[in-house]
Amino acid sequence: MSEPLVIDRQGVDALIAVLIDRGYEVVGPTVRGQTILYDTITSTEDLPVGIRDRQEAGSYRLEERGDDALFGYVVGPQSFKKYLTPPGTVFWKGLRTEDGFETVEADPPPRHAFFGARPCEVAAMRVQDDVYLPVGDGVYTERRERSFTVAVNCTEPAATCFCASLGTGPAVSDGYDIALTEVLSGEHHFFLAEAGTDIGEDVLADLSARPAHDEEVVGARRLVVHASDHMGRSLETDGLQELLSANLANSIWNEIGNRCLTCTNCTMVCPTCFCSTVEDRQALDGSSAERVRTWDSCFTLDFSYIHGGPVRSSPGARYRQWITHKLSTWQDQFGSFGCVGCGRCITWCPVGIDITQEAAAVRERDIRKVAVGIPSVKEVLE
Amino acid sequence: MHPVPCRVRSVVRELDDTFTLDLEPPSDGWSFVPGQFTMLYAFGVGEVPISISGDPGDPTRLVQTIRAVGPVSDALTSVAVGDVVGVRGPFGTAWPMELAEGRDLIIMTGGIGLAPLRPAILHTLEHRDRYNNVTLLYGARSPGDLLFAEQLQQWRGRFDLEVLITVDHADRTWRGPVGVVTSLIGRASFDPETAVAMVCGPEIMMRFTIQELERAGMTEDRLFVSMERNMKCGIGLCGHCQLGKFFVCKDGPVLSCAAMTGACWTREV
Repeated sequence: MSEPLVIDRQGVDALIAVLIDRGYEVVGPTVRGQTILYDTITSTEDLPVGIRDRQEAGSYRLEERGDDALFGYVVGPQSFKKYLTPPGTVFWKGLRTEDGFETVEADPPPRHAFFGARPCEVAAMRVQDDVYLPVGDGVYTERRERSFTVAVNCTEPAATCFCASLGTGPAVSDGYDIALTEVLSGEHHFFLAEAGTDIGEDVLADLSARPAHDEEVVGARRLVVHASDHMGRSLETDGLQELLSANLANSIWNEIGNRCLTCTNCTMVCPTCFCSTVEDRQALDGSSAERVRTWDSCFTLDFSYIHGGPVRSSPGARYRQWITHKLSTWQDQFGSFGCVGCGRCITWCPVGIDITQEAAAVRERDIRKVAVGIPSVKEVLE
Repeated sequence: MHPVPCRVRSVVRELDDTFTLDLEPPSDGWSFVPGQFTMLYAFGVGEVPISISGDPGDPTRLVQTIRAVGPVSDALTSVAVGDVVGVRGPFGTAWPMELAEGRDLIIMTGGIGLAPLRPAILHTLEHRDRYNNVTLLYGARSPGDLLFAEQLQQWRGRFDLEVLITVDHADRTWRGPVGVVTSLIGRASFDPETAVAMVCGPEIMMRFTIQELERAGMTEDRLFVSMERNMKCGIGLCGHCQLGKFFVCKDGPVLSCAAMTGACWTREV
């Protein structure tokens, strides 16, 4: 790829304009109801300019930064999975015919440009790629292949961020078309723009950008490294897969279950959670039907229901399923963690259950360790 | 993954709530292996996983046995000859028919668990010379709940198949054993050092069956179970059927007990 370029805010506007011109629906962060959500944007005016997000377990607030930063916040509750596997996607429609029924394909999806995707977001899309693409899921594959990604490197992580522990940030390493790094110091306000793909380079060529000076590149890189050293949280990943699979019988799950409301927030905001359900709908006159896919959550009772009752009826078992899937069985299934360290599940948990804390608590109370210290009944009798 | 419309050729009422549909297969050359299932779709109502209960040697028929326990299975068991239901599949893993060759084979089932094992039994009888002693141990709630009762009678009349049946609750017509299916293990003739067991029934029944077979000297690499979980997609995408690291729809439903580590038998996993 060519060397880094420098653009200013007008250049970012031009980038959005070029993408729209090329037929993309540009979707990115924008303020809606005191929250940063993803929606269609047409210029930098739509971005949360000069806004910072304060995040903590169970808490999210926006506040003024007092500057003109375009990307002075991290991630809101939504991720781009809202566009890649939109809840309510019609899989197919069925029409009753004289001798049975026939099915027809759903309409083709729009082309999205994901604008302002944080490195954890880009990593999450790659995690979901491993879930959907090998199976050839039509809904995801078509949307993903038609999409364009403008990533933004992180320079100011939130208190809930721990991407550095998982190697998914704060610098985007792969899976983007264009990566931006915002530099805002004193009078300097510019964006380092780097292409990650040929099409990204082609788009950048449409902008009037100048090559970056060495000190500008070094300065931008330094900000990202600084972010890496200032993560609000961390997750010890060493031996984590085995730790969780060996601790299914740990009494800690019931204790977490006593706090967990099974509200499903963590799974809805998680950018990698892919569980879904289908709804079969029928017209009142029975002439047509359609199958619709919506997001589902392993925290509902219905999720594991089989004839006779749900498999996971206790909240503790449902939390165990979720965290064990994220941090242990996901590795068996897809060869990676199902967590990218974005911290959303921590922020949006109404009771502030923290995946990093709970993983650490399991490590602290590892039943393999505890078992070593306590003599067995047989040993006591002898 | 669109369901393929398949015409119903016949409907057999097996029990009060259990019906066997004989369907035209989704396509020419459609085939399955014993242990697999399909997703059956009732137009506008929904889709459920149903194991195939027919003869794997007869590609002209798709035979499925369904117990009505909810809205979709109700709709599927209310169909008439000539109606159309949607089919996706076949999905999932197979019973280890090849591993069992040259060995004793024990088939243990409870209730409707006999349905997903019937293809394995039919395959075994079709290629009877490939197997040593073959024993079917079957437990039902009551004599009136015996699935495929007529066929069980036929099978019991064969010299090359041992059929042992027990019921939880006997009535005055019953002359056979009463009790749980594990109580039949002592009556079966098999070499625990080499035999292969295929087990399908309620999870609690499978759990105790595995324990008893292990106690009889069998090892977990020769014990196979067919697991049931909620399924929406059949292709490992919807997440519902997860059992530890497995997606039961594609890594199962037939799983080796060697692969099903203790984790899979933990409560509520």
